[in-house]
Amino acid sequence: MFAAFDFEVIIKHIPFLWQGMQLTLLLTALALCGGILGGTVLALCRLSRFAPLSFAAGSYVNFFRSMPLILVIFWFYFLVPLLVGRPVGDFYSVLIAFALFEAAYYCEIIRAGISSVRRGQVYAGQALGLTYGQNMRYIVLPQAFRNMIPVLLTQAIILFQDTSLVYVVGLKDFLVSGDIVANRDNRLFEMYTTIALVYFVLCLIGSRAVRRLQRKYAL
Amino acid sequence: MQYNWNWGILLQDPYFGWVWSGLGWTIATACAAWVIAFSLGSVIGVMRTTNVAALRAIGTAYVELFRNIPLLVQMFLWFFVFPELLPRETGMWVKRDLPLPEYSTAVICLGTYTASRVAEQVRAGIESIGQGQRYAGLAMGLTPAQVYRYVLLPVGYRIIIPPLTSDFLGVFKNSSLALTIGVLELTAQTRQIEEYTFQGFEAFTAATALYCLVTFIVMTLMRVVEHKTAIPGMISLEAK
Repeated sequence: MFAAFDFEVIIKHIPFLWQGMQLTLLLTALALCGGILGGTVLALCRLSRFAPLSFAAGSYVNFFRSMPLILVIFWFYFLVPLLVGRPVGDFYSVLIAFALFEAAYYCEIIRAGISSVRRGQVYAGQALGLTYGQNMRYIVLPQAFRNMIPVLLTQAIILFQDTSLVYVVGLKDFLVSGDIVANRDNRLFEMYTTIALVYFVLCLIGSRAVRRLQRKYAL
Repeated sequence: MQYNWNWGILLQDPYFGWVWSGLGWTIATACAAWVIAFSLGSVIGVMRTTNVAALRAIGTAYVELFRNIPLLVQMFLWFFVFPELLPRETGMWVKRDLPLPEYSTAVICLGTYTASRVAEQVRAGIESIGQGQRYAGLAMGLTPAQVYRYVLLPVGYRIIIPPLTSDFLGVFKNSSLALTIGVLELTAQTRQIEEYTFQGFEAFTAATALYCLVTFIVMTLMRVVEHKTAIPGMISLEAK
């Protein structure tokens, strides 16, 4: 079986696979930024003392967390062109789906991070005469983000793995590029093994690095 | 926005049947996978807390392997690559005679993947109990197996009910990935309705509502279970 393993098909298609990987990385990076930004806003809403706001944010989070990511991708793949009124390209539909979906998960992480900052810090800021915005910006969020960096990065690795789900709409990411070669050249065995190995090595390095970081910054 | 609303489509034949059969397959896939995930995950999790280095290493390797490959890629590995790795005869049997090939593959894939998550929860649960209980059990003359059976696991499982609930919901949601190898579960069926009728809004709303409903039912049930099995005096449970 392994004697027939065709390395040539992999080497020949490295540039093609790299193009796919670039799209995977770009999607991960953009969805990560969107997710953290949205998650921060949602977390602040959720912790707000204004009840309707925190209820709305809580409903948003629970709603997205009870839906499978594939269904969310299908939703936006179908909805975005309808709302915008013209085709905007698969990439943007998928990006919006990922950003909104991840925001729900990041909200929970960031909320836990903000809650881990001691109350006294907030009071001290208020006593100094800082406004709510200044207090968040200069006192609470810097400490919160420092506490939650390991969890944020772990979620980023999960996001990196989840981007492979763009397969269902055929966007040419790393997995789909490999899949195209696999089916065209009838090399399913070689391509899927290679794809799995690449993902495995990248994610293992990532999770090891996160663990080291965690040990270094542990309070 | 140009869209022709037609909510009646969901009640029409055959689309009504499609949605229900989709829900049925989703639940069947998730529950069967959960059986594998829970039993295998418990074994792996226990292995990681033993004093035998070899067992710990196997447990760690399993968890790292299954957690660091995207689930979708694992699905393809099980479906396309795994039969090739088997001896000729068995491989042929898997390819030709395996009953419900897509469903079985999806269940095995989801089960082994979720097992790595359950294993981590079980390990965390046992580790949170502390070494004192283990030593107390051993000092009373229990064998290591008995210590796990009567002391560590009964307490450990109760502590991890909330994370296990979210893992179960995870397997329920992840069962939607089975559509990539051809299982017609809920998401696949609603996608099919959208393709046949262009009533995507109605179809996806039905799927969303059903997913939310199942999540709600499971959460409510597990809250009752958690309450019933709570150990009086445990800080981790009282804090909730």
